[in-house]
Parts: sequence; structure tokens; C-alpha cells
Amino acid sequence: MSVIVDFLIGFFILVGALLCLIAMFGVIRLPDVYTRNHAASKAATLGVMSILLGTFLYFYFYEGHFNSRVILGIVFLFMTAPVSGHLINRAAYNSGVKIWDKSVRDDLKEYNQKKRNKSSID
Amino acid sequence: MAFQILLNFILGFIWMFLSNDYSSLAFAKGYFFGILILFVLRRFFQHRFYFYNVIAIIRLLYIFLVELVKSNLSVLKVILSPKLNLRPGIFALETELEKEWEITILSNLITLTPGTLVLEVSEDNKTLYIHAMDIDDVEQAKLDIKNTFEKAIKEVSR
Repeated sequence: MSVIVDFLIGFFILVGALLCLIAMFGVIRLPDVYTRNHAASKAATLGVMSILLGTFLYFYFYEGHFNSRVILGIVFLFMTAPVSGHLINRAAYNSGVKIWDKSVRDDLKEYNQKKRNKSSID
Repeated sequence: MAFQILLNFILGFIWMFLSNDYSSLAFAKGYFFGILILFVLRRFFQHRFYFYNVIAIIRLLYIFLVELVKSNLSVLKVILSPKLNLRPGIFALETELEKEWEITILSNLITLTPGTLVLEVSEDNKTLYIHAMDIDDVEQAKLDIKNTFEKAIKEVSR
């Protein structure tokens, strides 16, 4: 039993740390804001979540201490990380940050133009 | 749905009073029998039996977690590959969902799926503009996935 728990704790914390490291590589390596945001908002979320899960398991099985704040932290992170990624992307797009290697940059540009035309007519 | 949950709570309390036992175990027993009673009486409610919604919510949570892990694996593959062969792009996705919380949940799910990030929701709440990491063949598959998400969310709000 305790071997399994030890293994799980070590697994979660190591995987979390690795995911955070890889998210950092992604932020350095990827070419533009949007793709960097992919790396930062996904890998870092799961990384921090699994580190927190490992911490929770450690304190639960070694100290017998059920820390509900860690669980709440996991839930809050899970809810807020995609929203923050979306908001940063949206702010970047609306302030005119260019996309790296455009392949299909379809409707958003048109949509914005249509909106601008409509507001200039009004 | 909230009405049925409230009714179920009241049935649990009535069970506690009937058995003159004010422990949480008695409440749990009463709540369980309340579920059975509500299930038997389900055709008298306007909405469907609320436990179906609970199951749908659990299934949605499961989809969330699985997609989170899958998206991480795909991001890892892109980042750790020696050559960056990604073709990002923005595509539009029509959605049939109407209420605002449904659209919020859908865009959160899309943000957590492999290789997609929501950029903008149009003003009439009908189109989502999504930044994809690899636009080539993924788009059709993405649409399929989104149909399953939309169906799961509809199942919750039904």
C-alpha cells in the first residue's frame, strides 16, 4: 500500500515539474504569442495541478491531514487557467499582434472589419 | 432541477424526524430513499429526473480531464520535436448553444483540447473564433470533437 502511495506521490510531483519545465521550453521556443500561449496555458496548468495533487496525497497519507485548501486550489486553477489564456490571446489580437506563419487566417479579420464598418456607419 | 434537489433534501430531513435519529447517516439514508421516491414520481415533474443531470455533469468532468491530458501530450509532442513543423491559423466555428454559461463551458473545453485556443466570441454568441496550432487535417476532427462536447453540454442543460 505505502509503496503504491509513494510511487503515486513521486509520479505526480515529477510529472508536474517536468510539465512546467516543458511549458517553459515551449514559451522560449515557439514563434509567436498565440502558440506560446498554447504551451503556457495547457502544460503549466496540468503541471501545477499534478504538483498540488502530489502535495495533497503526501500530507494525507503521511500526516493524516486532509487539506481541503489544496483541493480548492486545484479546482480554482482548473477553472481560471483557460480563461486567462483566452483573455491574454484576445487582448493580443485586438491590439494588433501579428500571427507568425499565416495559413488560414479567415473569419476573425473579416469579422472585425465588418464590425468596424458597421460602427462607422452608425 | 433545483426544485427536485430541494425536495430530496426535505425528504431526507423528514426521514430523520421519522426515525428520531439526527445523525448524518440517517440523513444519507433518507436522501437515498428520497432519490428512489423521486425516481418513481418522475413523470409529475416538469423537468426530467435530476439524477440524469448529475450523471451528465460527471461525464462532462471526465471529458474535461481526459482532454486536458490529451492536449498536454500533443503540446509536448510539438514542443519537443526537433523541427517546428506547425501551421497555426484561426478558424470560425458555428455553435448551436445559446445560454451564456454553456458557451463559457464550451470555450473552456475548447481551450483545454489539443491544439486549440479560443480567441473571440462573436457579439451574437453564434460563432467562436479559434486559434489552432495545426490547421491542416485537424479541422474536420476538431469539428467532430466539438460536436461531442456540444452534445455533452446540451445533455447537462436539458
